[in-house]
Amino acid sequence: MSIFGEVPLAAPVAVFKLTADFREDQSPNKVNLGVGAYRTDECQPWVLPVVKKVEKIIVEDHSLNHEYLPILGLPEFRSSASKIALGADSPAISENRVGAVQCLGGTGALKIGAEFLRRWYNGIDNTKTPVYVSAPTWENHNAVFSNAGFEDIRPYKYWDGEKRGLDLAGLLDDLESAPEHSIFVLHACAHNPTGTDPTQDQWKQIADIMKRKNLFAFFDSAYQGFASGNLDQDAWAIRYFVSHGFELFCAQSFSKNFGLYNERVGNLTVVAKDQDKLNHVLSQMEKIVRITWSNPPSQGARLVAITLNSPELFAEWKDNVKTMADRVLLMRAQLKEKLKSLGTPGTWEHITEQIGMFSFTGLNPKQVEYMIKEKHIFLMASGRINMCGLTSKNIDYVAESIHETVTRIQ
Amino acid sequence: MAMLTSSKILTSLGAQAPALGALQLRASSWWSEVQMGPPDPILGVTEAFKRDTNPKKMNLGVGAYRDDQGKPYVLSCVRKAEAQIAAKKMDKEYLPIGGLADFSKACAQLALGHDNEVLKSGRSITVQTISGTGSLRVGANFLSRFHNAALDVYLPKPSWGNHTPIFRDAGIQLKAYTYYDPKTCGFDFKGALDDISKIPDKSLILLHACAHNPTGVDPKPEQWKEMAALIKKRNLLVFFDMAYQGFASGDIDRDAWSVRYFIEQGHNIILSQSFAKNMGLYGERVGGFTVVCKDAEEAKRVESQLKILIRPIYSNPPMNGARIASTILNTPELYKEWLEEVKGMASRIIRMREMLVSNLKNEGSTHNWQHVIDQIGMFCFTGLKPEQVERLNKEFSIYMTKDGRISVAGVTSGNVGYLAHSIHAVTK
Repeated sequence: MSIFGEVPLAAPVAVFKLTADFREDQSPNKVNLGVGAYRTDECQPWVLPVVKKVEKIIVEDHSLNHEYLPILGLPEFRSSASKIALGADSPAISENRVGAVQCLGGTGALKIGAEFLRRWYNGIDNTKTPVYVSAPTWENHNAVFSNAGFEDIRPYKYWDGEKRGLDLAGLLDDLESAPEHSIFVLHACAHNPTGTDPTQDQWKQIADIMKRKNLFAFFDSAYQGFASGNLDQDAWAIRYFVSHGFELFCAQSFSKNFGLYNERVGNLTVVAKDQDKLNHVLSQMEKIVRITWSNPPSQGARLVAITLNSPELFAEWKDNVKTMADRVLLMRAQLKEKLKSLGTPGTWEHITEQIGMFSFTGLNPKQVEYMIKEKHIFLMASGRINMCGLTSKNIDYVAESIHETVTRIQ
Repeated sequence: MAMLTSSKILTSLGAQAPALGALQLRASSWWSEVQMGPPDPILGVTEAFKRDTNPKKMNLGVGAYRDDQGKPYVLSCVRKAEAQIAAKKMDKEYLPIGGLADFSKACAQLALGHDNEVLKSGRSITVQTISGTGSLRVGANFLSRFHNAALDVYLPKPSWGNHTPIFRDAGIQLKAYTYYDPKTCGFDFKGALDDISKIPDKSLILLHACAHNPTGVDPKPEQWKEMAALIKKRNLLVFFDMAYQGFASGDIDRDAWSVRYFIEQGHNIILSQSFAKNMGLYGERVGGFTVVCKDAEEAKRVESQLKILIRPIYSNPPMNGARIASTILNTPELYKEWLEEVKGMASRIIRMREMLVSNLKNEGSTHNWQHVIDQIGMFCFTGLKPEQVERLNKEFSIYMTKDGRISVAGVTSGNVGYLAHSIHAVTK
């Protein structure tokens, strides 16, 4: 009798199953608009030129070794990464009240932040503290927070399916009615999966209510630089909150903007009221890290630190980021144009109004199924497409397929 | 200073957001009640060492290998693997949740032996993890969620300091079985058997596969055999922690003998592996977690649940170290070179143990230091008392943890004489 006799077979994670199905598909026309990873116009993964350069530097530098990093990570990575989010001239940084924990990607940063909040945020047991995530949100947000022990994870209104944009009234309403001290997971830019971000004015309204209602801001920043092509612009919301006195967390990922997906490079930036509080917070985060992964992986952090701390490499990186962002913007513009010129039913302005890697097309599950089965175009059941999967070679086929789908299936 | 900072913020906020009354701006922080976490005892040793200006100072705290010049050692096979990998110009796409398949396969083969029936039948699952800690963490979470009996974990007394908080955080109760005998600085075999015979049915027992941390005391093969039989009789689930395969005796098969024996005897074990020490890949975080199941179908179910556990922690594991390890394990010339280098590291440690004892004898010490040679692996439980450890710190600038544990890897032919002299001074 096995002790694991009753372990049920878990359903595979949807986004990875989609890629697996795509791989098995034999159609020569197949297109993968699923997983969020950047692709070139040849539909290939792209190792950033600056990354190749720095990798070479690292592998040829025999003075470097593979010793353990400190528990909180590589110091020069942590500080330079936080500067990217908050701005090098951030008053919070010069006031010594910004710290960070190097983590395993954005997921790891969310994890450590969530574990800390559950233990220490508002009293020493926050299992009942409500955590709000946008409706919809990245599918892993729920699991990260519930696995950290939060029992009350709620949606806040976000996507308006009818008008295909932000449901601002609903969002503000949910903020107003949230219990005091609730935790809100905010997408810093390039909302995943909708690609719909609040405007600066709308962010101000959000911040106002959060301040008044004592709500905690936990930013998820996975696409800085990747959304508009400009790092500062993409960090506007975070910096606004910081300049308005919020203590906050920001989970940063360098998977997309550095193309370092598999090296798991993330940073949990912590902004506190003062250095003393900050040190307390970091000391407790250290304990959490120690029982989760002990200390983080060295390679990716080293690479990012070297890049961010060298003026030439930093400039080259920003350029690489802009290359990626620009290609996405081009695909958006072209897809919209083609749908309009085909006379595809519905409005398609949202394709260019949305920002970042993803677009919530508005296709319903039946239409998605048609796209996959009949047209061999793989996208998430939510209608989310990865713009990076579009190329000059397949964009016509995709546009025509959307047209066909929308006309045939309602 | 703190007050000054708060008022600066208040002023600037007042200027930028006149709608927000000053009273509503919390002068207090979310984090006012956050206690300062206690310093990590092992890291504390390193901090104190760094501050010490004595040129003869020795850091015998942290468990990382050092060469005979006291320097970190990057294995030659690792450098070669890295060069090979760089030349291939691979992409950086996400790994699957369970990690690099070539690595996981080779990792299991290394532990179990290439010909193991378990691997042939496909009745085990190995996932890549964030080194040993990550492996234990995934294991603890998995057991907490799926073990279909009330779960207590029995650790040897003493065990690695991080075992307890890891299991505890997963909601598992910790208990202990007798292991170390302070009178002999060796294995309390009878005490261990006595305790194990009382462990309730279906509990989990954690065993260090080789090079027990922190004591360096390992059971002999005949003792392992008796333990295996008793554990089987008690119907306990075995969790092996193998962080030093190859590093203990210098022979990877010999070091994995206990794991393989238990499997042969019908234990469906759980296993954590680390490549931090034996490949010197500390900071790259390379490890594996294996569950030996009843059959391939069960292994598939277990695998699916491991992925569900891993995804909300870190999504998928880091590539660099796993790629290096996989290249070494799967490339015959590199594998051969690795085996030699591991043997080299283990041999240096063994030599330092022998030199320490002979130096102590030459100093005129009348104590029995045989345990220094009998113990194995990176660590040595010297038997030094806390007061003696403190004297070594303060008078001789020799740093170790309070339990008298030294990292033999920090001993060199250049400083072993000084170490012996100092130990003799505080123990005579």
